[in-house]
Amino acid sequence: MVESVGFSVLVFAGASQLAAIEILDNGGVVAVAVLSALMINLRFLMYSASLAPHMAEARVGSRLLVAYLLTDQAYALSLGRFTGREPIAEPSIRLRYYLGVALTFWLTWQTATVVGAIGGGSIPDSIPLEFAIPLAFLALLVPAVTDRPTVAAALVGGIGTVVALELGAGDLSLVLGASAGIIAGTVVGSRYGSSTLDELGPPGDGGR
Amino acid sequence: MIGTGEAWATIVLTGIGTFTIRASFLLVAHRLTTIPPLVRRSLRMIPAAALSGLVLPALIRPDGVLDIWQPRALVGALAAYLGWRTGNVILTLVAGMGALIGLEQLTG
Repeated sequence: MVESVGFSVLVFAGASQLAAIEILDNGGVVAVAVLSALMINLRFLMYSASLAPHMAEARVGSRLLVAYLLTDQAYALSLGRFTGREPIAEPSIRLRYYLGVALTFWLTWQTATVVGAIGGGSIPDSIPLEFAIPLAFLALLVPAVTDRPTVAAALVGGIGTVVALELGAGDLSLVLGASAGIIAGTVVGSRYGSSTLDELGPPGDGGR
Repeated sequence: MIGTGEAWATIVLTGIGTFTIRASFLLVAHRLTTIPPLVRRSLRMIPAAALSGLVLPALIRPDGVLDIWQPRALVGALAAYLGWRTGNVILTLVAGMGALIGLEQLTG
């Protein structure tokens, strides 16, 4: 219970929490559990780079709070409002919009962690609840695959991880497969060029 | 059973590492000018590669053995199609869970 809440508050990234717990549960070592969790969370590096120009006016303390609360959902919703058809122009309102979204997710996540730690055991085994995790990440994966380079990254990342598992790389398989996927996507992107390079920042902003 | 020391070491180290990743670019946002094209290109590949590495084994290797002819692979394909066509996360989740529970009832 204390560990569950500590994990959710200190890490606040569900898939990585579960992956780390699974590795430790099966007798894996701490270093591999941490490495796998960080591999899963490496995508926040991209979100951080993408949000940075929209938060450039905010104070350091605010930006650290933005960083701590960064999730897939908060990123996706906020960037939609920072860039989309009617972008929020005022920096302080951007910050408030983000914090409103992100804090809602944070509260929901912490509440659900406590509820799960107390009552999770009473859910019957016949309900495949653990399948909700790959499903949720599948729903995030689909919109992340937009062009040839990202198709290559997804194919090599997924198949690479499965191949690594089959070859006996065990807990390190995700780190190996995902790294191969990132390299493959980058190589394909360098070869074909990419029409959506500006996706990381607002269009026409000179790459900031 | 996980030892308490191991659990907390994992929690604290993952917490520090994850926060560092999240803060990286945001922390230097005020003096961020341009990100080199190669870095931008690789950053953009991370979600697709990492999420796929997370999802695919759960779909085609649910019991630690490669197996494409079982409910989870089928449900994954269905959910991917739904997510792609509708862009609706809730629908994808609910339909996917419902389909898996239904298929598992059928196949026992």
